[in-house]
Amino acid sequence: MAVKTGYSPELIKKLEDMARQLRIDVIEMTHCRGQGHPGGSLSPAEIMSVLFFHHLRLDPKKPQWENRDRFILSKGHACAILYAALAHRGYMPLEELETWGCLDSRLQGHPDWKKTPGVDMTSGCLGHGINIGAGLCLAAQLKGLDYYTYVLLGDGELQAGILWEGAMLAAKYKLSRLIAIVDCNGVQLDGTTEEIMPLEPLRNKWESFGWAVLDINGHSVPEVLAALDKAHANGDKPTVIIARTVKGKGVSFMEGKAAWHGKGINDEEYQQAMEDLKKNV
Amino acid sequence: MFKLDNTRQIFGEALAEYGVKNKKVVVVTADVSSSVMTTFFAQKNPERFFNVGIAEAGMVDTAVGFALSGFIPFANTFAALLLRATEQIRTCVAYANTNVKIVGSFAGLSDAKDGATHHSIMDLAVFRAMPNMTVIVPSDSIEARKMIPLMAELEGPAYIRISRAEMPIIFDESHKVEIGKGITVRDGNDVSIIANGHLLSRALEAADKLSSQGIKARVVNMHTIKPLDMPLLRKCAQETGAIVTAEEHSIIGGLGSAVAETIADENPVPVKRVGVADKFTESSKELDPLLDKYGMAVDDIVKAAQQAVKQK
Repeated sequence: MAVKTGYSPELIKKLEDMARQLRIDVIEMTHCRGQGHPGGSLSPAEIMSVLFFHHLRLDPKKPQWENRDRFILSKGHACAILYAALAHRGYMPLEELETWGCLDSRLQGHPDWKKTPGVDMTSGCLGHGINIGAGLCLAAQLKGLDYYTYVLLGDGELQAGILWEGAMLAAKYKLSRLIAIVDCNGVQLDGTTEEIMPLEPLRNKWESFGWAVLDINGHSVPEVLAALDKAHANGDKPTVIIARTVKGKGVSFMEGKAAWHGKGINDEEYQQAMEDLKKNV
Repeated sequence: MFKLDNTRQIFGEALAEYGVKNKKVVVVTADVSSSVMTTFFAQKNPERFFNVGIAEAGMVDTAVGFALSGFIPFANTFAALLLRATEQIRTCVAYANTNVKIVGSFAGLSDAKDGATHHSIMDLAVFRAMPNMTVIVPSDSIEARKMIPLMAELEGPAYIRISRAEMPIIFDESHKVEIGKGITVRDGNDVSIIANGHLLSRALEAADKLSSQGIKARVVNMHTIKPLDMPLLRKCAQETGAIVTAEEHSIIGGLGSAVAETIADENPVPVKRVGVADKFTESSKELDPLLDKYGMAVDDIVKAAQQAVKQK
C-alpha cells in the first residue's frame, strides 16, 4: 500500500527502537525460560510496538477501564512479546518478565486474563479471537462505548474454521471497530503455510467475507502506522490488515524456519541472536 | 400421574421476561431460536438478541466477548450440538472463568424423534469435568424458570439443560430452589433415589411401587450436579445406607458418576446407577417408550433400588 506521510521521524524511530527492544526481550525471556515460541513472537514486533506505544487507547493505571481499546492476542503462543510490551508500558515491572512460565508466576505459558494485568482475554488455543472480538464490539455498541477491538492473528490460525464463523458475524453486524491483524509470516509449526494448508489468495478470501483489506509490509513502522489509521476510516466494514512478516525476524538463524516455532534458546544461540538484533534490526 | 407442561416454552418466555428486567442479559443463538424458543427473548429484547448462524463454536466465543464487557450472555443451542464448542467452553468460558450461561436445549433424549445425533447423553459428563462450571438439570418447568435469575446472579460459568419434551409438573409456585442445594421430595429410610430432570417424576413413581413392596424410598431432587450437595448426599448415605441414581444421560460421567464418586470417597454404601448404559440411542415417536427401552423405565429404578437394598 502507499505509505501515508506525516509521521514524524522521531515517532518512527521511537517505534522502531521499541520493536528492537521487544525482540531483545523475547530472546532474553525465551533463553531465560528455556522454552517458548520465539519465531512467531519476533515476527509481529513492529505491529506490537505501534499498537502499544502509539495507537491503542490504554491506561496502564486502569487496566479494567471500560472504554479502553481491547487487544486480543489470538495467536497466544506469541505471549512473550505481549508480556514485554505490557511491562514496558507500565503494567508490571520489567523484572517480572523473568518469571514467565515459572510456578506461581502471573505470566503463564499462554496469556491468562485473570492473572496478568493488561491481558484482555485468555488465549492459546487458536481461532478464538475474531468471535470474541465481535462480541466485544457488539457489547460496545449496546453500551454506547467507542473503543476499538484489535485482534492479532497468526496466518496458520486462519486454517481454523471458527475464524471464518467470526468473519461472517463481524460483516453481518457491520463491526467497523473490529480490526484484525494477520501476522502473515508464512510458517507454522509443521512447515510453511503453503505446504501445510495453502491460504492464498488471502485478500480475496477476506474481501469475499465482507471485510476491508489492507495488505502491508508488517516490518515497516510507517506502513503499520498508516494501516491502523486507515482502518479507523473504513465505514461499516470490519478491517483486516494482512501484515507480511518474516518468522523469527531479526535473528539470522531463525528467519523463516518452522523449527523455531516453539523451541527454547541455548547459550550459544542466545549470543548469536543478541549480536544479530543489535546490528540488524 | 403427573400433568405435563411445555418446558422449553416456559423457559423461553421466562428468559424473555427476565431480559426485560435485567438489561445486562443478552441471548446468542445458533439458528435454532424458534426451536428452543429464544424467539420470545428476540421479540421482547430485539436489540439484545444475536443469531450467529449455524456456528456453535463461534456462538460461544461471541458470548464470551459480551461477558468480557460486563453483559450476562445466555448462549443457546441444542445440547448435542454444544459438544462442537467443547474447546471454546473449556478455554474461553471455564478456564477464563467468564460469566457465560450456556443453555443446552433438547437435552437428554427429549428430541426423541430425531435420533441419536440429536440425543444428548454426554453433555453433563463433559461440562461437569470443567473446573469453574456450574451444572444444572432442572426437574420440571417451574424449577427451570426459577433457575434463570439464579444463574444470572451467579458470577461465573453455568450450564443448564432444557428439555424439548413436555415435562411432568412436580412443583408449584411456592417451590424454593437454590443452586447447589438438593431437595428431598419424599422421605424414606431404606434407600435414597437421587434423580433429576425427567427421571425425578419416574423416581417418585418408583418410590410408590417400592412402598407397596415395603421398601421406603427417599427421593431427592438433585437439580445441581455441580457443585454437588455433599452434605445432603452424606446424610442420604448415612440414613438410608443405599443409593440409586436416575438420570436421562449416560451412566458414565453424569449424576450417577458424581454421586458414586462422592459416596466412594466418603460413605461407601451400595450405589446403583440408572441411565443410558454406554450405548447410542435411536429414534422414537415419543420420549417415554424411548426412556423405557434404554434403561430408564420406572421398573429399572425399582429393580435398582431392590438390588441396592439387598446389598446393604
